[in-house]
Amino acid sequence: MRHLLLVLLLALAANAPPALAIDAAAVHQLALGDTSEDRIAAINALVESGDEQAEPLLRALLAGSVQTSGDRVLIVSGDSAVDAVTGQRVSPLPEDASDVVMNNRVRGVLDAAVSALRLVSRDRDERLKAARELAEDPRAAALPIVRRALARETDPDVKGVLEIVAASIELRAGARAERLAAIRTLAASGNPKTETLLLPLVAKKPDGSFAEADEEIRAAAQASLAGVRGRLAWGERIGLVFAGLSLGSILMIAALGLAITYGLMGVINMAHGELMMLGAYATYVVQNLFKAYAPGAFDWYLVCAVPVAFVVAGAAGMILERTVIRWLYGRPLETLLATWGISLMLMQGVRSLFGAQNVQVDNPSWMSGGVQALPNLVLPWNRIVIIAFAAAVVAGMWLLLARTRLGLFVRGVTQNRAMASCVGVPTARVDTWAFGLGCAIAGLAGCALSQIGNVGPALGQGYIVDSFMVVVLGGVGQLAGTVYAGIGLGLVNKLLESWSGAVLAKIAVLVFIIIFIQKRPQGLFALKGRAIEA
Amino acid sequence: MKRRTFVKGLTLGAATAASGLMAPSLFAKGKTVKVGVLHSLSGTMAISETVLKDVALMTFEEINKKGGVMGHMIEPVVVDPASNWPLFAEKARQLLTQDKVACTFGCWTSVSRKSVLPVFEELNGLLFYPVQYEGEELSYNVFYTGAAPNQQAIPAVEYLMSEDGGGAKRFYLLGTDYVYPRTTNKILRYFLHAKGITDADIEEVYTPFGHSDYQTIVANIKKFAAGGKTAVVSTINGDSNVPFYKELGNQGLKATDIPVVAFSVGEEELRGVDTKPLVGHLAAWNYFMSIKNPANEAWKKEWAAYAKAKKLASAAKPLTNDPMEATYIGIHMWKQAVEKAKTFDVDKVIAAVGGQKFKAPDGFTIEMDARNHHLHKPVFIGQIRADGQFDVVWKTKGPIRAEPWSPYLPEDKGKQDVPEKMTKKS
Repeated sequence: MRHLLLVLLLALAANAPPALAIDAAAVHQLALGDTSEDRIAAINALVESGDEQAEPLLRALLAGSVQTSGDRVLIVSGDSAVDAVTGQRVSPLPEDASDVVMNNRVRGVLDAAVSALRLVSRDRDERLKAARELAEDPRAAALPIVRRALARETDPDVKGVLEIVAASIELRAGARAERLAAIRTLAASGNPKTETLLLPLVAKKPDGSFAEADEEIRAAAQASLAGVRGRLAWGERIGLVFAGLSLGSILMIAALGLAITYGLMGVINMAHGELMMLGAYATYVVQNLFKAYAPGAFDWYLVCAVPVAFVVAGAAGMILERTVIRWLYGRPLETLLATWGISLMLMQGVRSLFGAQNVQVDNPSWMSGGVQALPNLVLPWNRIVIIAFAAAVVAGMWLLLARTRLGLFVRGVTQNRAMASCVGVPTARVDTWAFGLGCAIAGLAGCALSQIGNVGPALGQGYIVDSFMVVVLGGVGQLAGTVYAGIGLGLVNKLLESWSGAVLAKIAVLVFIIIFIQKRPQGLFALKGRAIEA
Repeated sequence: MKRRTFVKGLTLGAATAASGLMAPSLFAKGKTVKVGVLHSLSGTMAISETVLKDVALMTFEEINKKGGVMGHMIEPVVVDPASNWPLFAEKARQLLTQDKVACTFGCWTSVSRKSVLPVFEELNGLLFYPVQYEGEELSYNVFYTGAAPNQQAIPAVEYLMSEDGGGAKRFYLLGTDYVYPRTTNKILRYFLHAKGITDADIEEVYTPFGHSDYQTIVANIKKFAAGGKTAVVSTINGDSNVPFYKELGNQGLKATDIPVVAFSVGEEELRGVDTKPLVGHLAAWNYFMSIKNPANEAWKKEWAAYAKAKKLASAAKPLTNDPMEATYIGIHMWKQAVEKAKTFDVDKVIAAVGGQKFKAPDGFTIEMDARNHHLHKPVFIGQIRADGQFDVVWKTKGPIRAEPWSPYLPEDKGKQDVPEKMTKKS
């Protein structure tokens, strides 16, 4: 490593790496070496040679696209390859080519080597990324190059990260004054790694004496540690709230359709979960169509899948209402049994069509990964998108119910069917539309769920109990109640989980709801006045 | 909850009725022998178990083409216990008393095996169990063709502690809440204690079956890792693995920082996952599809052709994995034992299984131990590749003998390495 960096320094100073032929022996040792030690030595030797060919080779190794055939080392792309030593094109691939396998230890060294090379890149984002990677794994040997890079760095973000890298290295290796300064610099960092760095300074040995003999350094480390921990604690708290919001938004969107069919219309729809499953499978079908016919636009398949899921589940719901549920209004027990039967039929139907196995729904690339909100907090994109999506669906539904003619009719019919009928509202048709709307929203929920969980015939089973729980807790007949109850349950569940584990949290939430319903059967928000029918 | 079990019961009734109607007519002429296949084809375990049913049927077909077992054509009886543990026992009883099967191949989770065990012991049946498990069991009526802890869990943790494996000092043991993860983690805790790792550096966390929200757990793993080089040992089973790995990828947990080694994740489980963010995470098994040897190439070809001929859902991308290989070995060992015993009688076949050898797709000639009903197996540690396959990064020199009773558990001291019923007899 030390040599590697020396050469890099030279390269930095001269700004023109010496154009040497790549070291064939090192390449062979790297690709065909027996032990990790051999390979690590070869990586160091390669970077030391400062050859321009080294970087593509190291990158290809990281990407797993290097193969060997006999004693030739090939960098493979698609059906052809380039010989890493001679630079010749090899096409087609030799029959006996086999992959070069790197274990995690060697890949860690590769990562660091490539980051070190990238610290001198012209691209600011590239440098920032490289600096962050070094911060994850600060090596003593990297100190000279970090100092050098610091001196010429103009971008404040990159500079900040590099300062922490330098401090972490000095902390271990530097003189007393440097270590004290490093400890103070580290106090300003929110990176969880700094906690790892500072902890050994305040730790006690098994015999009770302090591992760090210097009193002043120990005290400074203690103070810095407190500061870092305080900052990390904020990341954890925000992470917890975000997790709760995310779970809550999922519960809410799952229960929202039910809030219409059960809450407003009074139909106990046991097939609600299966309508969600239909929405998820509609997403799956749209995804496959995009894969087959428009692979270029694959990232945007969700834009198309959302309306399809809405229409498919909505149509299924309207057919259901017309053929079955319409004849059972006012008979809750029969409705319950009939819809339950329908849920079984839907599940078996999907099982016959798509198989009993779960199907794979891919996240589009813009929904994979996450955004680094704080040094120790990554918010995954798919969860952020689903929270926004749930909020949009709630807003849309509120607009529909409060601001449109259909919404007016739905509210009218649910509040007083006879009177609505008298003033000319086509109550039967309104029922169909309202039920279809509730089911269509279940389809939207299915589309959202397909992005975070498994899509299989039993998908709805996992959510039906939760959905009823949210609607009942929120108060039957109240949309606002569903929103509050969904978010609330999500937050409570996540808070309990961080405190008592996933299994106990689930039990605790169920017990809480049972007790709550005993005390307040009408739920959080009760309808007032004449609206409540028997 | 009641409703759910009822739902499963109904669908199951329909499924078994269908398979019961179809199977016998195919084998109307000649001598036949009935063999049971007891794997969940629906519910949370279907992701793992469905292929085991398919590979068993493929192996029966292969044996039938070569003249069957002692001239008897194998007639499979497939039942679906639907990931419902009590139903496993009912279905096992049905196989043994109504269908009178000569042998059964089945179960994945240990809780399902524990559920059928009394049935097989009471009715003196014969079960071949194809999945790695926690050990602590040795039944006269069961042959275990998957790994015992010393053939999977212990070598994997030793690897994590080695320099090549990252030199892990802290361990996050994460599993689904049932007997296999709990027992494995108990053994691992004793093992780690023996290696000088204290309880402060071990965290044990469980989630329910079918759990799908791993946000908190992944965040906690990150927090735990701040205390030193950490590795995660995952015994998560079934389809919960998909959301767990998705969350890992999305929260940016890299294998070079915090490697995850899984004991129940193979090629088939990764089918539903985008594996690019997971490159480098590990799995320990006794077989990987990527192992290169002639026996494996031939077997993969046979499976691909079978999947295509039967139009299986997986035919577009046929995958093989460790429990499939164990199922395949188990069926062949049973066939060889029947031919050695020259009868289908359960007691005589059990006596003949010990010492059977079979050239397995893992590249070794695998032997059934003469005493302890377990296979001698090689151990491989593989790391996930971007295409969902595994690269072998470490392996044992050859097959190692299973230790069903862990030498690390104090309560296992002095236990006999042979089923109790056998010691009584002799």
